[in-house]
Order: sequence, then C-alpha cells, then structure tokens
Amino acid sequence: MIRTLRLALAALALLGLPALATAKERDVSIGLQAAITSMDPHYHNLSPNNSMMLHVFEPLIKRDDNQKLVPGLATSWKALDDLTWEFKLRKNVRFHDGTPFTADDVVFTLKRVPNVPNSPSSFATFTKPIVDVKVVDPHTIAFKTATPHVLLPSDLASVLIVSKLNGEKAATEDYNSGKATIGTGPYKFAEYIPNQRVVLKANYGYWGGEQPWDKVTFKILTNPSARVAALLSGDVQMIETVPTADIAKLSRDPKYSLADKVSNRVIYVHLNQSTEKSPPYVTDKSGNPLEKNPFRDARVRKALSIAVNRDAIVDRVMEKKAVAAAQLLPDFFYGTSKKLKPAKYDPEGAKKLLAEAGYPNGFALTIHGPNNRYINDDKVAQAIAQFYSRIGIDAKVETMPSSVYFTRATKLEFGYMVLGWGTESGEQGSSLRSLLATYNRDKGMGVTNRGRYSNPEFDKVLATALVTMDDKKREALIQQAAEMAMNDTALIPLHYEVSTWATSKGFRYTPRTDQYTLATGLKPAK
Amino acid sequence: MLAYAIRRFGQSLFVLVLMSFLVFVGVYAIGNPVDLLVNPQADEVERVRATAALGLDKPFLEQYWVFLKGAASGDLGKSFVYNVPALTLILDKLPATIELAFVAMVMAISLGIPLGLVAGLKPDSFVGRGIMAGSILGFSLPTFWVGLVLIMVFSVQLGWLPSNGRGDTLDVAGVPVSFLTVDGLAHLAMPAVNLALFKLSLLIRLTRAGTREAVLQDYVKFARAKGLSQTRVIGVHVLKNILIPIVTVIGLELGSVIAFAIVTESIFAWPGTGKLLIDSINQLDRPVIVAYLLVIVTLFIVINFVVDVLYSLLDPRVRLGGAAASH
Repeated sequence: MIRTLRLALAALALLGLPALATAKERDVSIGLQAAITSMDPHYHNLSPNNSMMLHVFEPLIKRDDNQKLVPGLATSWKALDDLTWEFKLRKNVRFHDGTPFTADDVVFTLKRVPNVPNSPSSFATFTKPIVDVKVVDPHTIAFKTATPHVLLPSDLASVLIVSKLNGEKAATEDYNSGKATIGTGPYKFAEYIPNQRVVLKANYGYWGGEQPWDKVTFKILTNPSARVAALLSGDVQMIETVPTADIAKLSRDPKYSLADKVSNRVIYVHLNQSTEKSPPYVTDKSGNPLEKNPFRDARVRKALSIAVNRDAIVDRVMEKKAVAAAQLLPDFFYGTSKKLKPAKYDPEGAKKLLAEAGYPNGFALTIHGPNNRYINDDKVAQAIAQFYSRIGIDAKVETMPSSVYFTRATKLEFGYMVLGWGTESGEQGSSLRSLLATYNRDKGMGVTNRGRYSNPEFDKVLATALVTMDDKKREALIQQAAEMAMNDTALIPLHYEVSTWATSKGFRYTPRTDQYTLATGLKPAK
Repeated sequence: MLAYAIRRFGQSLFVLVLMSFLVFVGVYAIGNPVDLLVNPQADEVERVRATAALGLDKPFLEQYWVFLKGAASGDLGKSFVYNVPALTLILDKLPATIELAFVAMVMAISLGIPLGLVAGLKPDSFVGRGIMAGSILGFSLPTFWVGLVLIMVFSVQLGWLPSNGRGDTLDVAGVPVSFLTVDGLAHLAMPAVNLALFKLSLLIRLTRAGTREAVLQDYVKFARAKGLSQTRVIGVHVLKNILIPIVTVIGLELGSVIAFAIVTESIFAWPGTGKLLIDSINQLDRPVIVAYLLVIVTLFIVINFVVDVLYSLLDPRVRLGGAAASH
C-alpha cells in the first residue's frame, strides 16, 4: 500500500517537473541573494547589477578574480602625458546583433552615462574626469582630463560599453525589455523579471571563446534558508553568500563543494571625532557628557583597537569566514602595506593607554551598527561590547536595519559606528580618499568619512599620490599614507569578509574578491 | 443599497488618502533613500543629482502634493529602485499572490468547515479529539519553520516538489496562472499548504465552537423532533446559522493572506507582492510601499463590502441600509 502510494506520488512529481527531467547538461541555474534592479548597465551603480551586466556587456578594461586590471574591449592603454590617455581597441569584436564594435560606441557610451534619467545612483563619477574624447581611428581613442587622473583605467573598468546603434533612442525600459540590451559579452539577454529571475543565453560568436553553458538562469533567492534549500533540492547548481550556519554542514557533504575567498570588503569602526566635547552616545560612567572628545586622542583610539580580540571574532562569530584586518584591503591589493599587521589583542595595554589619556576608570559608549547589511553584523557589535567591558568601558549595543542606520550615521548621530567598505576599484588609494581624507564633499574628499578624522600631513601625502602618474611611485605614496593613518588608528579595522559560494558536485566556481557571481567563472568540474 | 454603496465609497476614499499620508510621513521618518541608493563613493554633485532625480529635493508637503496630483490621475509614481511605475510593478506581481492566497483559502475552507463540524458534533470521540489536537499544531507551529520542514522533506529528501519559484504559467484573460499546468501545481502545492495551515486551524476551531453551541439550541432540537434527516439538520439548521462569524473571519483572513503572505513568499521565493514589499521597505522605495498599501487597503475595502452583502444574503434580518434598518 505504502509502496503504491509512493510510486504514485513519485510519478506525479515526475510529471510536475518536466523542466528538471529535460534539463540539458549545458543549462545551469544560479541562486542570487539580491534583486537585480535593472538591465540598463548605466542606471544603478549597485554590486548585484554590475555583476549581472558583466555577462552581457563589457568594459574597456576588465578586472580579474583579484580585481587586477586586464584587457577587455581595449587591448592596451597608456598615458601619453599627464592629461592624455590613449586606448587601443580590440578588433573584430561584434555586438550580439552582428554589428562591429568601434570607437564610436565608446564615445556614445561616455555621452550616455551621465544622462540616464531618474538614475538613483549613476556611473557619472567614473566618466566625469574625462573632458574630451578624440577618435584617432576606429580602433584608437584618446581621452583628455582636466587634471592628472591616475585612476582613469580603474574608473573605466566600471563603465560598460553599449552599442550606439541600439542605444541611441533607447531608455532604461528598452534595456529592461531586452530591446536595447545588446552588448559584446559572452551571454545574451533572454528574459528579465524584476525580483524574480534573469535568463541569459550563450553568445556563440563571443571573441573570448566558447562558454560552457548554453543557458543560465539566475534566480533571486533573498532568503538565506531558501537559497540553501534550492541548492540541496537541485533547483539551482550554485548559490552565493552561503549562510555561515550552513557552511560546516555543506563542507562535510561530498555532494557539494564550497569555494571561498577573502573579499574587498573591510568591516571597520568609525569613531566620531567631529565634536569638541562628547560625541553622541559617549559619556562618563554616570551618564554626564565628557569635557573633551576622547576619540580625538590617538591613545584612546589605539586602546579601543587593541582591546578587540580580532582572532576570537574571526573564529567564533564569523566561523572562520573572515580574516583579521590591518588596513582597508587585504595586503595583496595595490597600495596596501605589508608592514601593517592586525592589532594584537592586549587588554592590559589598552587599560594603560586609557589611564595615560586621562580615563583610568574608562567611560561609557554605545556601539551602533546595522543588523541586516554585513555578515553577522549584529553579533560582531555584541562581541566588541564584551571586549570593552574587560578594559573598564561600559559599552551598550544598539543595532538597526540598514534603511534606518545609514541615514542616521551619515548625519553623525552616533559616536561609535560599525561599518563596512568594499573597494570596487581594487586599490587602496580610493578607499583612503573616501574614508579618511579630511571631509570635503565638494572636492569629493572624505565623502564617507563618518569619523571626520582629519590629519593635514596624511592629506598631503594622499593628494600627492592621487596625481602621481608613475605606478610604482604612486603605490609607495599610498602605502605611506596608509601607514600614517593606521598607526594613528584613524579608524579601527576589524576584519575582511570572506565570500562563500556553494556548488553541486560536478561544478566548480572560481571565487572572486569583488563578491561578484559570474556564470563565466562556473565550470564543469573535471 | 445604492446610497449605502456611495457612502461606503466616500469613507473608503478618505481612508485611502489618510493612509497614504501616514505612509509618507512614516517613510520620511525612517530615513533618506538617497543614502541607500547612491554609491558610497559618490561625491556631492552625484548626491544632489540623485536627490533631484527622485524628486526628494522638494519640501515634504510638496512631495506629497505631487503624489496626490499624480494619484488623482491614476499615477502612483515611479519606483526609485526599478524606474518603472510602482503600480505596474505591483500589478505584475499581484496575480501570483492572489492565486496563492485563493488556493490556500480554498484548502482551508474545504477542509476546515467539514472537520470543524465533525469535531463539533462528536467532541468526545477519538476523531473529534484528533482534529482538535491537529489544529493546535497548525496554530502553534511557526509558518517559517513549517515551510522549511516542507522543503526539507518534499524537495530535499524525497525530491518530489520544487523548492522555489512559480513554475509554468498559462494566461487566462491576460493574467498568468499556475494552477492550470502540472508544473505550476507542483510549485503551488507547498506554499499553499504552508499558508493554509494556520487558517485551516482557525476555521476548524471556529466551526467547532459554533456547532457545539448551535446543536444545543431549541430550533435544532425542534428540527430533530420534527423528524428531519440528520443531513438537513446539520446542513441547513446548524451550518447556516453558524456561517455568519465564519464568513466574517474568512473575509478578513483572505485579506490578510493576500497582504501578509510575506513569510511564505520569501521562503518559497514565490514571486508575489509580499517579497516585493519587504525589499522595498529595506530600500525605502517609497512609491512602491505607498502603492502597495493603497492596493491592499482597496482590497480590504472591497472584501469587507462583499462580506456585508453576504451577511444580508445569509441573514435576512441584516439590511444594508444602515440607519434605515429597523430592529
């Protein structure tokens, strides 16, 4: 009886799953953690979108797994002088509709980028430094900048080239519908349903060679448990951002394999140094404001840094899927210093430093952080509070959804802020500039410097670095600036997140530092 | 009846305007969408541009006025995040949610009322006690957990049902539905059961309580004494009299199932409006939040109206004239 019932149900299930039964070997499904908000490559500068668009469109310069710049639609590039760059474009590249790729498409793209209507976050930041474009011949193009702009190649790696022919009259809706979504990339647009799925088909004429998949379906599975369940049930062959709680189980199961890599995202603490007296939520132990802002004292900042046991956070809170941080990027990236090591856990030393700074009995502060933005963000904040109680600081913890948190943090409503920063450019100069240069929004310096750290000497070295065209000299200057800031504990680096992907048996993913999930990195395992 | 409908319409309009204002104030108080949307590396120029592009540079009341003017002509604004009209975004997702809700409600009603009747008529029997025990489980197990267990058993262990998505759909009058294809049914089964479970238990308990009360009433005794058949006594005299509270609850619950299927939708990645709402709240996508709530409030208003009409059909003493009704 039970057997017949089971057979009947199994037969029913088979009927119900024609997709699974007929799924071809060269089709693959991937579970993503966040929605793709548009198929227009210039509409919304957002990681999940940028990652998706790299399948269909290509930049002049690409980034490899470690975010090193490698040739894309340009085969080579060089600075002719401080203000002029020349790019040689790849020949014999065709768009998905068969039209050839030329310098005109680059010119059109640069014109379109700052003019996408209603864009909530545009790519204009990357194209703004270019004041003039000259087409030398169909496969050579020259860019002029107003001031020396060393990050031009890195900026252009974020700008995807669209087809002039298809893009000239197209609006964002035409990219969402697929009408204008015609690039040079390894995959073609097939279907886009917001908040549900994106389907891509292989571009058999791709200049970079054949792809292992005919059809790739990206499913939006925002709920972490649903994502894991989809992998376990075989509905998808790969998922990104495996929840830390499931990593141990999946790594023991021979039916699945995990791929992980340290990412470009550092989790750090900004200490609000904007006020003369107590910053918000920092008081003495009986709740009265302090005479001076303790975070303006480098000794206090250092004490708060060495009081945190980073190894314990990495081991217990992050289940080893993190690496203790010493600066803003792991030390294999451009502009990072090998001399900087993660601060050693030293509660006694921290107490001594606090006493020297005039706080022998400590003080009280509230740790603020998001609770749905970074991996285990609220638990990290809890852990820090416990370390602080050991050096005599009364620490309370308040975490909140990122929709509330970031607005308040930007308004400097907090004193002690747990934050994260992903360096998309893959070089430390841009992170130092955004996070630690003296705050000046109009000049684009310190735009995300929520600690309002300000050090004129550091600013000077960084400013020189940002206009030094020679790669070696510039790197040395960025390293020098990084050492100055970190030795002054300008902010407290905690750890670098490790991103994790899980694949079914028979698949292999090449993990990336930029946390992108690319079908081009997924291969059948040999 | 007509006057009643017009008065109801006027009240509803007032509720809609009031609600949209409250949501506006609420989202405004939570935070600034630009802080979440703009890339953190962007400079001031870019922030100013984005703020203006989204219409957030205007004073709060002016933003609301712009919204009201648009709403009067049926335009509820464009999603900040997706750059498509918020109403289109919601109406595209709404059929999936409504289908799921209806299937769940049909399951709950078609099982809940008969089971409740049985439990009410034979409260001390083994079956009656069994049904009540089961309904306690349905009440107390969290939807989230039941959903995951369903997936673990039917998708992961047995591999019978797909763990997520909606499957193949067929268009009926331009609206895609899942329940007409085998693949769609397979996708629908688990989320619908998961969603129905709580409502099922609720209906069982409600029907049982009503039945136990009704069978002691004089008119039931009298009907029995007249020698009417058991079927007629239960089907007409008992059931019809206990239906009023049940219809009320079904109406309210149908609304809440449509509006708050969020947990089930996110576990099964069901492409409905609940999932869209959660994402929109996280990104402070105000036009979508406002449009969603307006659509849901409208739904509630319509459902309540239908329930009121049903009352008058079930109970001749209820008249839809308001003050004109005499007792």
